[in-house]
Amino acid sequence: MNDYLAVFIFVVIALGFTAAGLITAYLVRTSRPSLKKCETYECGEEPVGGAWIQFNMRYYVFALLFVVFDVEAVFLFPWAVVFRSFGAAAFVELLVFLGILLAGLIYAWKKNALKWE
Amino acid sequence: MIYASQSLGDLWVWLLERLAEFCGWLGIPEVIRYSVEKGAYAIGLLVFISLTALVLIYMERKVSAHMQLRYGPMWTGGWHGWSQTIADMIKLLLKEDVIPDKADRWVHRVAPIVVFVPSLLGFLVIPFDKHLIGADLNVGILIIFGFSSIAVLSIFMGGWASNNKYTLLGGLRSAAQMISYELPLVLSVLGVIMTVGSLKMSDIVMAQKDVWFLFTPNFLGFIIYIIAGTAEVNRTPFDIPEAESELVSGYNTEYSGLKYGFFMLSEFTNTFIISAIAATFFMGGWNGPSWLPGIVSFLGKTYLIVFLLMWFRWTFPRFRVDRLMDFGWKFLLPLSFFNILMIAVWVLVKK
Repeated sequence: MNDYLAVFIFVVIALGFTAAGLITAYLVRTSRPSLKKCETYECGEEPVGGAWIQFNMRYYVFALLFVVFDVEAVFLFPWAVVFRSFGAAAFVELLVFLGILLAGLIYAWKKNALKWE
Repeated sequence: MIYASQSLGDLWVWLLERLAEFCGWLGIPEVIRYSVEKGAYAIGLLVFISLTALVLIYMERKVSAHMQLRYGPMWTGGWHGWSQTIADMIKLLLKEDVIPDKADRWVHRVAPIVVFVPSLLGFLVIPFDKHLIGADLNVGILIIFGFSSIAVLSIFMGGWASNNKYTLLGGLRSAAQMISYELPLVLSVLGVIMTVGSLKMSDIVMAQKDVWFLFTPNFLGFIIYIIAGTAEVNRTPFDIPEAESELVSGYNTEYSGLKYGFFMLSEFTNTFIISAIAATFFMGGWNGPSWLPGIVSFLGKTYLIVFLLMWFRWTFPRFRVDRLMDFGWKFLLPLSFFNILMIAVWVLVKK
């Protein structure tokens, strides 16, 4: 039997559980919305403007860096599985690969991409 | 035949065999039998998760309290306030659900669902006992990391949809922190995978029959894993996303009722998953003395790590946001590269 069927069944049951929980809560809870209650919370102050505004550029830089390094980390997984059987040859390849990764990290570092302001 | 001394995993296998016989006798197709089996396991896990969350919240309160020379909850239910969290859950269920007028209603509603589903899926490949595992997938650990990345999305969804400055900042910080610490987290378990040569959880546990990986050069990986794991579940000292002194409670400020409950639940579930992976990868999983059922030694190790994480909370002050990012990218990431190199040399020399 395909084991990934289990993943699918788990997704369905998790969705069912959350949906059932939220529907139960919808049935038993009170609901008396008022103008003041549904206002955006800002410690009692009247909020000025919305929150959907421009935010710090740094977040994009880190997101991009993450994508680069995470994909490379995923490439390391199949390598790690076969490492024991390949031995020294795999080790040399690791040095090359990690060297490129480290060069990328040092480049980002020198370019001040890792600096949080 | 079953004996009391046998493990829970053996009991589960025995039950499945009986079920298979019964289905064969009735002529029920294999697919349906398999689905029922996995469905039953998933529902069992849901019960387990709910109970675990109750225990963990109670434990968090009691540990916090006793570390500060307080008592914590003492009155609800009589004995040491044991039913405090149950009362809180009922309160959350009955509480009014307020959605701010300016919020993006549908994203606001979907976020709690998206946060909980990956945390149940994480349990799919956690080996509780010898045969007690949802599905012993050949990608094992990778699927947990894959699904836990979805949690970042849901936290950002919650923060963005509320249309509140605090929640947006909390969500952004949370996303930045979780993706930054995911790299050392993923790389730190690579050492173990190299030592074992398999991603399967059962193989990793079996490889630690004689000696836990904690007592090998993988110790460094364990340290990196614990630090990155603490950051991954947004616990102190890495709780910048919900720093209550500056961001109220971060991305879930605008949530109430059961939707908040799901965020809370998945926070504790994720803490448990991180601890369970630590127990499986570095502390031998269900391996233990032969007179102890596997599940007992597994849960014992997991709760030990959970206690460690709670201990951290009252020991270390919170990181500042720039230092937090520096620590992740400029210290932990190079250190985990070094860890991979070191383990590679060790494996080669041992061979």
